[in-house]
Amino acid sequence: MGISDEEETIMAQLTRRTLLTTGSLAAAGALAGPWVRRAHAQGAPLKVGLVLPYTGVYAVLGESITQGMELVFARENWTVAGRKIEMIKEDDEMKPPVGIRKTEKLIDSDRVDILTGPVHSGILMGMRDKVHGSKTILIVSNAGADAISRDRCSKWIFRTSFSNWQPNQPMGGWVAKNVAKDVFITAPNYQAGKDQLDAFKETFVPAGGKIVGEDYPKLGETDYAPYLTKIRQSGAKAVYAFFSGTDAVNFVKQFDQFGLKATVKLTGAGFLTEPDVLPAQGKSALGVITGHFYTPLLDNPTNQRFVKDFREKFAGKMPDGFACQGYDTAEVILRALKAVNGNTQDKDKLVDVIAKVEFDSPRGRFRFDPKTHNVIQPFIYIREVKETPLGLNNVPIDKVADVRDPGTGCTLPA
Amino acid sequence: MSFPAEIFAQALNGLSYGVLLFLLSVGLTLIFGMLDVVNLAHGSLYMLGAYAGLTIIAFAGSFWLALLVAPLAVGLIGMLIERSCLRPLYRRGALDQVLLTFGLIYLFEDLVKWIWGGRIRSIPPPELFSGSVTIWQATVPSYRLFVIAFGLVMAVLLWLVIERTRLGAIIRAGVFDAEMTAGMGIDIDRVFTMVFGFGAALAGLSGVIAGPIQSAQPPMGATILVPALIVVVVGGLGSLKGSLAGSLIIGQAETFGKAWLPSASMLMIYVVMAAVVVLRPQGLFGRPLR
Repeated sequence: MGISDEEETIMAQLTRRTLLTTGSLAAAGALAGPWVRRAHAQGAPLKVGLVLPYTGVYAVLGESITQGMELVFARENWTVAGRKIEMIKEDDEMKPPVGIRKTEKLIDSDRVDILTGPVHSGILMGMRDKVHGSKTILIVSNAGADAISRDRCSKWIFRTSFSNWQPNQPMGGWVAKNVAKDVFITAPNYQAGKDQLDAFKETFVPAGGKIVGEDYPKLGETDYAPYLTKIRQSGAKAVYAFFSGTDAVNFVKQFDQFGLKATVKLTGAGFLTEPDVLPAQGKSALGVITGHFYTPLLDNPTNQRFVKDFREKFAGKMPDGFACQGYDTAEVILRALKAVNGNTQDKDKLVDVIAKVEFDSPRGRFRFDPKTHNVIQPFIYIREVKETPLGLNNVPIDKVADVRDPGTGCTLPA
Repeated sequence: MSFPAEIFAQALNGLSYGVLLFLLSVGLTLIFGMLDVVNLAHGSLYMLGAYAGLTIIAFAGSFWLALLVAPLAVGLIGMLIERSCLRPLYRRGALDQVLLTFGLIYLFEDLVKWIWGGRIRSIPPPELFSGSVTIWQATVPSYRLFVIAFGLVMAVLLWLVIERTRLGAIIRAGVFDAEMTAGMGIDIDRVFTMVFGFGAALAGLSGVIAGPIQSAQPPMGATILVPALIVVVVGGLGSLKGSLAGSLIIGQAETFGKAWLPSASMLMIYVVMAAVVVLRPQGLFGRPLR
């Protein structure tokens, strides 16, 4: 290409009318080059791209993440360091080819300053090379693929949500110590399911735990009866499960209906009882113990304000982990942009600044691991589903501090 | 748990799953047999049944009322679909009908999202059947035992209607040769509408029955369609007996597949279907192909 990226951006912003009325300025700009360009860039809106599911089964996740971001940006009147904040939302439909196409659109034609999303790990892995190759800053706001913090990590990619390893690994030791030593483990039959159970085993087995059975039902299973019969037969004292969405509803309901709750304790990764599934599970979820970096019941002041503001802005909706991820993503963008005074041209500088961002998040003190650009979870909270004045909710009963992905194979400069 | 007790427990699981499949597929096979229409929107009617059911429960608080009213409502919608959309297409090719009913899947999915939202919902089991019981070391939810009993009673009732009543005779005649039946002075148009409405009502009924076991969310109608179609292929088009036999076989195959060969469980029902198609292309109880 004959012209540089930034010049092309300016060209795109100049409509014919502004070109005519500010003709002399444009002429001056051509002469004075760098100085004018800088002034334009600073006044231009900050474009934040969102690749998220807005239709289909996972639309509720995309909505929560977006609302978390909107809450923060609205607080700042949609401006940062003199630049207007503009969110460009693209629906990835939870389909990797669609997500990758939307990513290319946001990078190549919208020329976003910062990209965020996606929910689906497959989309994240698919967009990774495009993001890395085009040196676009991506702040991952959900997808947990471990590889993005390991051998597929990139200087340009940060993650505010979690790696799949993070909520599960601390649970292994905790379950062995506090719940039972004989445990049946189960997850949907796909990569993330197996990754999560492997992370659980990492600490469960060394703590003296014994896996008495293991099953991987298909993703989207509707009848867990055969597996529940096997769980009863195995003599397990507890189950550790990773399920989300309708799978989580069906599993938790049927687990209860088979009368297993009387003799077997149900535990799992936090997604098992997040607010997107809890109402449909109803009383069947009572007593389920899960690990997650967030619950709306945390008593730190930032979270209390977050829950109050969020419920005021979004018709009484209780924020979930996804909303917290959106909140933190927006908070990172704001703080980094303020630190560079709105200048997004020097991308290396911006990356350095983002890596050093630190603030009080609803989940605790937020910071990135400089080695992987993945969030260091201030705590993984062990939560139990209980009846509260606001209905069923995940009540924190214990916590494990500073959970950092091992980052095996990631070679970012420490 | 002893080995025979284990087999008994899993067979009971397979039976309850099979009966659910029967309630779902019997309407599909009736419509298929009589109207020669592959109603791909059958799963959507099942979904409408579940949503109508949970709405009735939310307002009236009674599962039993939902079980009665939701199928009637869905049956009415089915009759409207037959009159307004399908009727003009009878003289056209099968592809047009498939495209139409395929389009209806999207229409109903969006309609449900528009009315009820995309959140996951579920129907609580009726108070009477909310616990579990133990029979010969096998613990099963009492609701599943109710489903088994209910489904088998439905099968007998349907058999009586189809084999022992005048209406049943007309339906059987219609399945065999619709034009000839019309030639005998029977208002076949009305019978078509009724059969389609009846099949739709059965789909709605299975939506309510499945509600306490599964969750309700808009894409559910599309996902349930595949096992229902497999049952119809295995049992034979248009055959009530086939629908029952096919459902029970698929129910057991899938359940024992999950229990004993979990990594290949998704394959099991396809293996059964392939075997039937190779050995008996018309299905277990279907009319021989001409």
